[in-house]
Amino acid sequence: MNISVELQKVDELHIKGLIGGEIDAFTAPMLREKLAELNLQKDLHVELNLTDVSYMDSTGLGVFVGFYKTVNAANGHMELTGLSSRLKRLFDITGLVEIMDIQATDKEVKIDETV
Amino acid sequence: MKPFDYVEIRVPAKPQYVSVARLTISGLANRIGFTYDDIEDLKIAASEAITNAVQHAYADNEEGEVVIGCALYEEKIEIMVADHGKSFDFEETKAKVGPYHDLEEGSFLREGGLGLYLIETLMDEVKVHHQEGVTVFMTKHVGVEQVDENVEHIPS
Repeated sequence: MNISVELQKVDELHIKGLIGGEIDAFTAPMLREKLAELNLQKDLHVELNLTDVSYMDSTGLGVFVGFYKTVNAANGHMELTGLSSRLKRLFDITGLVEIMDIQATDKEVKIDETV
Repeated sequence: MKPFDYVEIRVPAKPQYVSVARLTISGLANRIGFTYDDIEDLKIAASEAITNAVQHAYADNEEGEVVIGCALYEEKIEIMVADHGKSFDFEETKAKVGPYHDLEEGSFLREGGLGLYLIETLMDEVKVHHQEGVTVFMTKHVGVEQVDENVEHIPS
């Protein structure tokens, strides 16, 4: 399983991204590159949907921290949405949930759905 | 007879093999009856250690291997990750690995700051050994209250 990144410009000040797959040491650089290609104009709102991210570790956190800083420096706003409870937990235990705009999904953990 | 089954995984020190090792460890953890959440924790912790090893090999421009030793007990898993490509005498290396004290100490810890913090948080015990490269030793116990009746224990 690799990573998929789709970024779409909704309007001049709004970008929506759909990220899926696994974010680790191998795929994180691809995600970072894709995000770096964005033209970060002032006051931009970037929403990244992580519903389909099945795995992430600190390499992914690093990419989002870097992107968060870049967007903030341009007076913009980064929002992460659709996080599973597993993913949300990573942002919780690292304290990043206090700093970033993170929206978890209402969905229960995957295991509960399959049982 | 040894009280544990030992599985050693060797992969080239390249990022594309981190997920391969992670999936293997996930499969091993499944055999001892870890819960879904514990297995996900193990996958992250192991990936962090392997990623650190891969990045060290990269930084030094080495074409090395990462060696991951897994000891499977009835109710715990011990994982050792070494970035110097040599097979372990598991028991001997385990005896040499010192306690892991300070998150801020040492270049390995600074570079892999967040990763090591996650390992510490997600595993029950973590030790780091600096000699001929870096060896990370970590343990996770099968949660007592979470043991499923259908779990098949490894034959001893």
